[in-house]
Formats: sequence, C-alpha cells, structure tokens
Amino acid sequence: MASTEIGWQTPLIQGSKRLSQVTQDVCEPLERKASAWWWIGFLISLSVLMVGLAAIGYQILTGIGTWGLNTTVGWAFDITNFVFWIGIGHAGTLISAILFLLRQRWRTSVNRSAEAMTLIAVMCAGLFPLIHMGRPWLAYWVFPYPNFRGPLWINFRSPLAWDAFAISTYFIISLLFWYLGLVPDLATLRDRSEPGLRRSLFSFFSLGWNGSYRTWQRYETVYILLAGLATPLVVSVHTIVSMDFATSVVPGWHSTIFPPYFVAGAIFSGMAMVLLLMIVVRKTMHLEDYITHRHVDVMARIILATSGMVGLAYLTELFSALYSGNPYEQFAFLNRALGPFAWGYWIMVSCNVVIPQLFWFRGVRSHLGVVSLICVLVNVGMWFERFVIIVTSLHRDYLPSSWASYSPTSIELATLAGSFGLFFTLFFVFCRFLPVIAMGEVKGVLSYGTNQEESHHES
Amino acid sequence: MSRRVIVATFEGEQDILGVTGAVRERNLSILDIYAPYAVHGLDKKMGLLPSRLPWVCFLLGLLGASAKVGFEYWASWLDWPVNVGGKPWDSLPAFVPLTFEIMVLFAGVSTVIALFMVSGLVPGRKPQLISPRVTNDQFALVFEHTGGNIDIDELHALLQRYHAVQIEERVE
Repeated sequence: MASTEIGWQTPLIQGSKRLSQVTQDVCEPLERKASAWWWIGFLISLSVLMVGLAAIGYQILTGIGTWGLNTTVGWAFDITNFVFWIGIGHAGTLISAILFLLRQRWRTSVNRSAEAMTLIAVMCAGLFPLIHMGRPWLAYWVFPYPNFRGPLWINFRSPLAWDAFAISTYFIISLLFWYLGLVPDLATLRDRSEPGLRRSLFSFFSLGWNGSYRTWQRYETVYILLAGLATPLVVSVHTIVSMDFATSVVPGWHSTIFPPYFVAGAIFSGMAMVLLLMIVVRKTMHLEDYITHRHVDVMARIILATSGMVGLAYLTELFSALYSGNPYEQFAFLNRALGPFAWGYWIMVSCNVVIPQLFWFRGVRSHLGVVSLICVLVNVGMWFERFVIIVTSLHRDYLPSSWASYSPTSIELATLAGSFGLFFTLFFVFCRFLPVIAMGEVKGVLSYGTNQEESHHES
Repeated sequence: MSRRVIVATFEGEQDILGVTGAVRERNLSILDIYAPYAVHGLDKKMGLLPSRLPWVCFLLGLLGASAKVGFEYWASWLDWPVNVGGKPWDSLPAFVPLTFEIMVLFAGVSTVIALFMVSGLVPGRKPQLISPRVTNDQFALVFEHTGGNIDIDELHALLQRYHAVQIEERVE
C-alpha cells in the first residue's frame, strides 16, 4: 500500500508541484462543466432535502403533535439530531483552529472543506431547535431585545439560553474564519477567470485583495487570533450543549463527566464525517496528490484516539453508577444497557468503541474503502449515542407510573433525512463553486519535507 | 506626487527571501512585496513591525465581556427580577458562559473588521494588481527609485543574482 512510507519528513503534497500547478489543479474542476456524477449526487441530495422540507412544512402547519413525543419523553428525535449535527461541525474547527495552533501543517489540504462542513453542519443543527420551538416565527424570543412586555428579559441562568448564544456565536466566528481563509483564493480565481458574472462575483467577495505582504502579515495575525478564539469557543459550545442535560436532575443526565464526554464525542464523529467527505472528494475531484494517504492515516489516528476517550466516558458512567450507591443512577445505567432500548446502547458501543479499534492496523488505515465504511459506522454509532442518552434517560425516570416508550413517526424520520439532504446539497454546491483546497495555504507547505533547511523554519 | 519605483518579479520562495534581505542591506526602501501566499519569515526580512491588531482583539473582547456581564446583572437583578427556582440574584457562575460567548463574538468580529479597515479590503473594490501573476505563482518586489544614489547596472546584477524574471521601472 502507498502509505507504508509515511514519515515526518515526507512531503505533504505529492508530485513536486509548482505554484502555478497548485492553482491549476484546484481551480480547474470549478471551471469546467459539472460532471454527471456531480449532477446525480446533487439531485439525489436535493430530492431528499425536498422530502425533509415537505415534512418540516407539514409539522409547522399542524404542530409538533405530529411527532412521537409524549409527556414522559419530551425530548427525543429532534434534540438527538441537533446534538448530532453540532458534533459533526466540531471537527472542522478542530482542523482549522486547534491544529493550526499546534502547527500541524498537514491540515492545509483539508481545512477549507472541513470548515465548510462545520458551517453546513451548524445550519443543519440550527434547524432542529427552531422546529422544536413549535412556533419558529417567534424564534427571536430566545434573544434579549427591548420589548413591550416590561421589558421582560430572557433567563440568563438557563443553559437553553446559553445554547442560543453559543450556537449563533459559533456560526458567526466559523463563517468569518472560513471567509477570511477564502479571500486570497477568491482573488486567485478572480484573476484567472474570464470577464463575466463569475468574475464579478469573485471580484466582489475578494475585497480587492492584491497579495500585498503588508496585508498578508496582518492577515496572518488575525488568523492566529481567530484560531485562538475559536479553540476555546468550540470547547465551550459542546460544553454548553452538554449542560442542557447535565444541569437537570434526570438520572443519566445529571453528571459532571458530560462536558468532556460531549466534546470528545463531537470531535470523534466530526472527524469521521470529514474523513468520509475527503475520501470522496479526493477521488471525484482528482486531488489524490493533495489529500494523500498520509492525511487519511493521521485522521484515522485521531478517530482512534477520540474513540478511546468516548469509550473511557462509557466506562466512567458505569463506574459512577456503581460507586455512587445511588439507586436511581444505577437503574438508569442498567436500563440503558439492558432495558427496552438496549439495542441502541449496544449499537452505540460497538460502532464507537469496538469497530474503531480496527484503526490500530496500518493495513486498515490504508484501505480507503474500509476506512469509509468505519467512518459511516462511527456516525451511526454517534447518532445512537445521543439517542440513547436522551431517550433512555427520560422514558423511565423516577415514577414507574409515568414510564412510557417512544418511537419516531414518519415525519420525524423524514426530517432527519431532510437534514442529511440539506447537508449534502450544500456540500455539493460548495465543491462546485469554491476551491475545496486552500491554495494560499497549500502553496506555503509545498517545500515542506523537500529540503532540510525548510523544515527548521517552523515555530 | 509622482515617484519612480522599480518592480522586480521572482518565482521562488528562497529568491524573494534572499533578495529582500539584500535590497534592505543596500538601504533601498521597500514599498511592498506582493505574494501568492504568506511566505514564512518575510516580515522579518522586510523589517515590518508586528501588527497592532491583537490590541483591537483584546480591548473589544474586554468591552464585550464587561458589557455582557453588566447587562446580565442589570436585566436579571435590577430591571425586572424574576425568581427562577429560588436561584440567587447574584448568580455570577451562571453568567459566565454567556459572557465568554459575547467576548469571543466581539473580539472576533471586531478584529476582522479592523483588518478590513486597515488593509483597505472593501467588498467590490477594484484590485490594483502590480503584476498579473502575484495571486498565482509570482512574487513582486517593489522599491523606491530615488534616482541619484543608485547604480542601475549594479542593481540589475543584484536582482538577476536572485533569478529576477522581469525588472521594470514605473512612475506612480
């Protein structure tokens, strides 16, 4: 397999590219007609999105009685989907900000699409609380604004209010980070496209960028600052999401392990999604020289490491149930592992803890088909993790007389499918119109590993 | 006021790093360098001072955080106190997450806006390209030509030593 010779001094980009060739390789797919595969993928995603939109329209017109919720299980499918999508987004920020601060220069090939994925995933996530409110046209009520009811302010002590702020801030900062990275590349596209609508659009959004080094220097400063801000931000976002559960008094939710457990799980599932998308993108857009086996290998290792953290969190839940001596806590754990939703719990454990252990083997990490399959399974497992946390904790809490069960309705399933439709539709649009590789950053690492002198330049 | 400038273009990262140092040693004033990517270490060779944008980030972050904490106390303790589950009026720990989010929002957005302002990046602005390939694969070094004290032949030889692709004199 090609990946057997991965060392720290291996060039990040294969094929000894010249600068102009990087521009050519990245821009060329955007300048020719879309392939049949693109159209097939795009149209399938779009039709799934349409099904989802129909379901959303129906449930907004009819009310959330169209869901399978009851007075015991008041949160289920939509909150599961919300936490799932927010988690997917986190890997993008990990790659773009945390790995930037850690000087992991391999990130340059994947950061653009990972950040795009973050934005799209946050949009998908934002959809669910909006629908969950039941009256989405009053969604602005979650923000404090001067009103004629007193003014009556929102409850700043509520994690649900924190959530609204955290998600909005996360979206805005991710958007800025992504757009800032795009500006030099938009200028490159502007300067090589023919006069016309495309050129005018690139010209408008590239802000008159002319490659001045004085601007580059400030730009780099701002990039580091944004990375420094985004790093604690991404941790705070999923911490706050976990506090939606952890600050309640429901056994199975009320747990101090939740914030780190959620953050690790978010990066785990998001990294699996990025890796899956990257494997597809490198193949379909012929970017094998940029997204190499080394990238796949490194990302698979991150998945393995975060899988270990998630596994540790599952064991900690078992331990704290056992050690607390609290019968409610113990029941909540046993009910998860052996109760009516035990199948969900065991799907979660096998997909998140057992199957990723295959990544210990180099042969598995270098086989792209197997890697993709594991990534899909990890996402299935992480979806079930949220479902298990939410539904199994609620459906049997304190009073056996109020125990109930839950199963999703077709409307809820269609909404979940629709969110995947939205995700892939937007990702297809992104791949078609914007450079999937950050040219301005890849050009800076071309010489990495090709001579000794350069490798001492870091830090 | 018109001034004469020399524009020299290069194709390699090592060339632009080397020539920048050499030109500065000769006390020629470099107006700017145009590059397709942020060449590592070029700012030191050019003698650029570190950007002051971190101050914008810090101060606006501080402003955002203090404004938010003040607003939270004012809204939930003074303006319209609502007793939520008997939680204390002074619930600073519960105000921390939002304060943090608003700090990040203020710091991030203001730093980017400040960057756009100081660098003259405006939507729809027509770019002033010094050479058509600087956003693709060439580096352009622009320095002032004050006339008298420069030996043109020696200068050309110097630039050629670093594989200059093209050397041009322009009047701005």
